[in-house]
Amino acid sequence: MPSKVEGWKDEVYGNEIREHLMEFAEQGWESIPEDEQDAWFERFKWWGLYHQRSGQESYFMMRIGTPNGVIKPGQLEVIGEVAKEYATGPVDNPEFGEAYCDWTTRQSIQLHWIKIEDIPEIFEKLEAVGLGTQQACGDSWRNIVGCPVAGKDKHEHVDAWSVAEDLHETFKGNDDYANLPRKWKVAIAGCDEGCGQGDINDLAFEPAEKDGEIGFNVRIGGGLSRKEPRLARDIDVWVPPEQAADVAHGMSALFRDHGDREDRFNARIKFLMDEWGPEKMRSVLQEDYVDFELATAGEDMRDQYSYNTGSQDGHNDHVGIHEQKDGNYYVGLNVLVGRMGADDVLELAELADEYGSGEVRLTQRQNIIVTDVPEENLDEFTSEPLLENYSPEPSPFMRGSIACTGTEYCSLSIVETKNRQVRYARWLKDNVELPEDHEDFHIHLSGCTASCAQPQIADVSLRGMKTRKDGEPVEALDIGLGGGLGDDPRFADWVEMRVPADEVPGAIKNLVNNFKDAREGGETFRDFVEDRDEETLAEMVEPEETDYDDPYMHNTKMTWYPYAEDDDMQSSPAPTNAAGESLPSDD
Amino acid sequence: MTTDVHQLDDGAWISVNDSREVNVSDLWLLARSDFCGCETTDFLAEGFVKVGVDYPDIQARIAGQCIACGESGVTDWLTVGRVVDPDSGEFYGVVHESVHFPEKRTRLSHSRE
Repeated sequence: MPSKVEGWKDEVYGNEIREHLMEFAEQGWESIPEDEQDAWFERFKWWGLYHQRSGQESYFMMRIGTPNGVIKPGQLEVIGEVAKEYATGPVDNPEFGEAYCDWTTRQSIQLHWIKIEDIPEIFEKLEAVGLGTQQACGDSWRNIVGCPVAGKDKHEHVDAWSVAEDLHETFKGNDDYANLPRKWKVAIAGCDEGCGQGDINDLAFEPAEKDGEIGFNVRIGGGLSRKEPRLARDIDVWVPPEQAADVAHGMSALFRDHGDREDRFNARIKFLMDEWGPEKMRSVLQEDYVDFELATAGEDMRDQYSYNTGSQDGHNDHVGIHEQKDGNYYVGLNVLVGRMGADDVLELAELADEYGSGEVRLTQRQNIIVTDVPEENLDEFTSEPLLENYSPEPSPFMRGSIACTGTEYCSLSIVETKNRQVRYARWLKDNVELPEDHEDFHIHLSGCTASCAQPQIADVSLRGMKTRKDGEPVEALDIGLGGGLGDDPRFADWVEMRVPADEVPGAIKNLVNNFKDAREGGETFRDFVEDRDEETLAEMVEPEETDYDDPYMHNTKMTWYPYAEDDDMQSSPAPTNAAGESLPSDD
Repeated sequence: MTTDVHQLDDGAWISVNDSREVNVSDLWLLARSDFCGCETTDFLAEGFVKVGVDYPDIQARIAGQCIACGESGVTDWLTVGRVVDPDSGEFYGVVHESVHFPEKRTRLSHSRE
């Protein structure tokens, strides 16, 4: 029997949701019938709106999808203005203030505390500069990710940006693929560094050569969610750039028709890949979904990949100053846990305009890149005071810190994440020294098994948990080690479980010191982990209380907002009307 | 009125008659359970896998793990609350910190997702 959500999707889904959304916005929050709220909130996701967690009723997270992370000249200013004007809640965040933007691991933008009544104005402002929220969430083509410097990169063999843009335009709002069994995540890259992260996407296009022509090999079925991580599998298909969209049509139609609509937990294509295997996946694609002969895979460039390989050589991320193929430079700025205050966003928009072309790009590491900076502007740009907080040369612990949304807003998360990870990074920067030959050291904190912070592909993976300390329940983290991508991608080994959150910085300090003592020659951290068994590694992670102070040890999920002075669920002002005034609640 | 129960947002919470009632991330104490070897399972709810109604009980099978021994899996059916009067639809949640007894279902019930 089709799931409940499928029933709602059958009634209204896709583009037509907008008309209803606008009507509700016009008439206000209270106009959404109580007995239809679940259905409408599920549908609103398709238009990028996610109802915030319990205690925050009537407030929405809004996701803006920026394909390949490209934010064109003029767009960043509007994003900052929208955040400043509309993304403010009843209480400020103690680290980030009143309004902020989150840059996500899928090169999108998330704003919080959005009121439905403001949607028409927000959409108008965004759409006036070519931005949008369509299909940013929900069961359809999501934001396309890729090498964030596609089209500019000296390491690029085929211009993936033009292909990504074509896919975005083809599949956004396309009724044929508007209602898929589940989300559909696509990655594309044309460079030899592997920064598209295709291995963890549903459909991946990776650069490959065939008969002297550069196109893409196709991989299917990657993903990290739940406790079922999968690497995308090679289906032995090569396509030239001009046929990428045809294969994308075919694969997403195959998923539409064959994905599981009865059990949403089994709906992602990775599970169909488990069931079918790559040979059947290829043959069904060939026989039923494309009308040309698929070429067999070309010669890929995976042995040259440097991104997130832990090799400490080459290009592990996009932070820093790098020359583009046109002779200008891109400057990758570190944004700690991907969150940037709205005023800072507005200032960066001005700086990007002044020193570059006005374009910026988001990375899959929650950072931001200012592109097209002429060499003669570099010194002045990098001397700007704003870059003290968003440095192109950060400490490895600031550079490598990624965190998901966490219990601040998310229904699924078990623990507080972003503010905690900010405190971790600062403490680690002040108290831990990596070996001199390790500039890249990634610590990803995900509040639950959904893995939005991609913990399984980090050097140190942290995943939300609970434990008891002195008999009392406290927030805790599982610790995994040694994950990463590259030619030989591997997921982290979970070696130490349920570590109280206030003992995690001490555990990382001890781990790093043990690594420094025990490493042989120039062994990298990733090789070090790969060469040792779980028991040995677990002994090296010695959880310990230190002078690190964690203000979020209690059950942050039981609060209406973890940073409110009176955080008791009963003290929540939600739901509120358009002006933010509390509405009477049934409870 | 029929009691309408479903899990939403990847199993993050249970909706009863279109009202968010039970969330993940709470600790439940399970007794007489074969979930793990502990006398009492100190169970962290990470996701609602199945939900159903066995009047007047609202029940769920929950994915999670025992935070004492680390065993993870999915529980048998647990009563998470009751709707005593289907006409009013009012939900009375159980106190998750109390001791609960998961049970294997022996009779048919209305179940979704």
